[in-house]
Amino acid sequence: MDNKNKMQAYWKKNLRYLTILLSIWFIVSYGFGILLADYLNQIKIAGFKLGFWFAQQGSIYVFVILIFVYVRWMNKLDKEFDVDEKE
Amino acid sequence: MDLQLLTFIIVGITFTLYIGVAIWSRAGSTKEFYVAGGGVSPLANGMATAADWMSAASFISMAGLISFMGFDGAQYLMGWTGGYVLLALLLAPYLRKFGKFTVPDFIGDRYYSNTARLVAVICALFVSFTYVVGQMKGVGIAFARFLDIPFEQGVIIGVGIVFFYAVLGGMKGITYTQVAQYCVLIFAYMVPAIFISMIMVDNPIPQLGFGGKLQDGTYLLDKLDKLHTDLGFKAYTVANKPTIDLFFVTAALMLGTAGLPHVIVRFFTVPKVRDARISAGWALVFIAILYTTAPAVAAFARTNLINTVSNRSYQEVPQWFKNWENTDLLAWSDKNNDGKIQYQSGNALTDIKPVFSDQKGNSGQRMVTNGNPESDNELYVDRDIIVLANPEIAQLPGWVIALVVAGGLAAALSTAAGLLLVISTSVSHDLFKKLIMPQISEKGELNAARISAGIAVVVAGYFGMNPPDYVAALVAFAFGLAAASFFPAIILGIFSKKMNKEGAITGMIVGLVFTATYILYFKFWGGTPDQYWFGISPEGIGTLGMIFNFIISLVVSKFTSAPPESVQQVVENIRIPRGAGKASSH
Repeated sequence: MDNKNKMQAYWKKNLRYLTILLSIWFIVSYGFGILLADYLNQIKIAGFKLGFWFAQQGSIYVFVILIFVYVRWMNKLDKEFDVDEKE
Repeated sequence: MDLQLLTFIIVGITFTLYIGVAIWSRAGSTKEFYVAGGGVSPLANGMATAADWMSAASFISMAGLISFMGFDGAQYLMGWTGGYVLLALLLAPYLRKFGKFTVPDFIGDRYYSNTARLVAVICALFVSFTYVVGQMKGVGIAFARFLDIPFEQGVIIGVGIVFFYAVLGGMKGITYTQVAQYCVLIFAYMVPAIFISMIMVDNPIPQLGFGGKLQDGTYLLDKLDKLHTDLGFKAYTVANKPTIDLFFVTAALMLGTAGLPHVIVRFFTVPKVRDARISAGWALVFIAILYTTAPAVAAFARTNLINTVSNRSYQEVPQWFKNWENTDLLAWSDKNNDGKIQYQSGNALTDIKPVFSDQKGNSGQRMVTNGNPESDNELYVDRDIIVLANPEIAQLPGWVIALVVAGGLAAALSTAAGLLLVISTSVSHDLFKKLIMPQISEKGELNAARISAGIAVVVAGYFGMNPPDYVAALVAFAFGLAAASFFPAIILGIFSKKMNKEGAITGMIVGLVFTATYILYFKFWGGTPDQYWFGISPEGIGTLGMIFNFIISLVVSKFTSAPPESVQQVVENIRIPRGAGKASSH
């Protein structure tokens, strides 16, 4: 694989990661926390209605997790395609 | 020890700490002044970003705001955290690889145009200035309320301190001071929150206590919903606003966050692309600690407030009620003369703020002259009380109250300093070095940066002292404009190789003009809510402005010539982490 194709493959994979992670980002906040909140509020876990929990707690936890997953994936991808930064 | 003295001591210690840190880490070159030499560790940068991000409003007002908005408060919680995901995934690593000092740098170089640079400089200045004025006002209020000095003197002390370390230390001084300020502010926020959670639901973790049971065995949130519906409010855990508005406002805040220059510039200060990614993660962790605690504090305080005052006679209410009444933040107008506080849905007053006469009422309360006869609600509560009075309501010792003061000041000062730096960089680097006098020497540029930081802090102090009464409306402006202008221009600059200057400039201008006109129309030119497009309030219109920006940019770029080969090469290059080097001015 020449360098140009290699970089295209790298970028494509990056875009795939972004699509997956940003879909989850959208679903937990705008989906669970806003559009489906009333529906999810019928479900109760401990003292929380689920829609309310996603809107005021859950979505924020998921945001944090998403960034750390992204960092892990990208660091691996950088190594795999040999574009990582040397110390 | 007397509370006043204790407050002075704790605030004094924290200020000495900030100034000490500023002297230890002062800047010697433009690179240190603009981006802290590009050598900040990701963890420290995350902490500094969090302190920069969380303003006096986050610290003092947000929990109160949520307390009164219930479910709808989620727009702030999600809106002011979700943008960091966009920053980490779509902006930070690429802008770090690009390796310049400022956002206008990126816009100007990527779109090979000084017109684009100028549009970006104007946006950056406007956005940062609207923001910093609110911070200076916050500093003044915090000083005035707790140290018992006039508001103006409070602003002057704040100006003096920010001047000292922003002008001397530049980004390097600010970054390390902000690390210290984050520690102070998060400690000050968590201590009362943990105590209150333990008192109310017997759980030391507020995020869990939020879903816990009260002493009488009912869940806190169920109890709160019931209290709310009994008093004629909407249930606390159910959305009140139209869904579309909640959606658009949340989106505008998220996209605005990812487009704010003082946030973006943070990711230029770390050594590597990898560090920029992880540093956004750390920033969000540190922000999330406060942002997941705030809604818990809001629910605790709301329940506490209703339980303590509703249908109680004035003689029975605890001392804190009377203390806060004396600061004008609480008011009770005994409309039916039964000596009891009736708290329910509706406006207790005819104006926003209470107007007190010098007389005392039958129960000994301060008499209010602007009670609203159309409503049976008798109680006015300023939202800021929720955080400020929490320690008293929970009967915590004096040092906790003093700590909250120090925390509020830390939040206001750290944000003000970060913004001032963006303003001074925009003037000295983007305006002087890049547009007006390119031959300026390194030393001359550094002096220009210091002088413009000095002027900016004085002007901000002046506006902080004489705040235009539309400060709150201006914040909607800052986020809306950042979302409608910078966000699309940067994203397209990275993800679309063919995006050219014609597309980007028309897109930014259309996004800006549309968003600004909508906000001006509804905030200043007398537009009424029933005229909202699709029910979208001015706070959320930046989202639509952003969509227009994207569409126009893409359409215009299709019909105009592609960017030069060298620019396309740059885009290819920023997509790959290797070879980032340190941020540079060439």
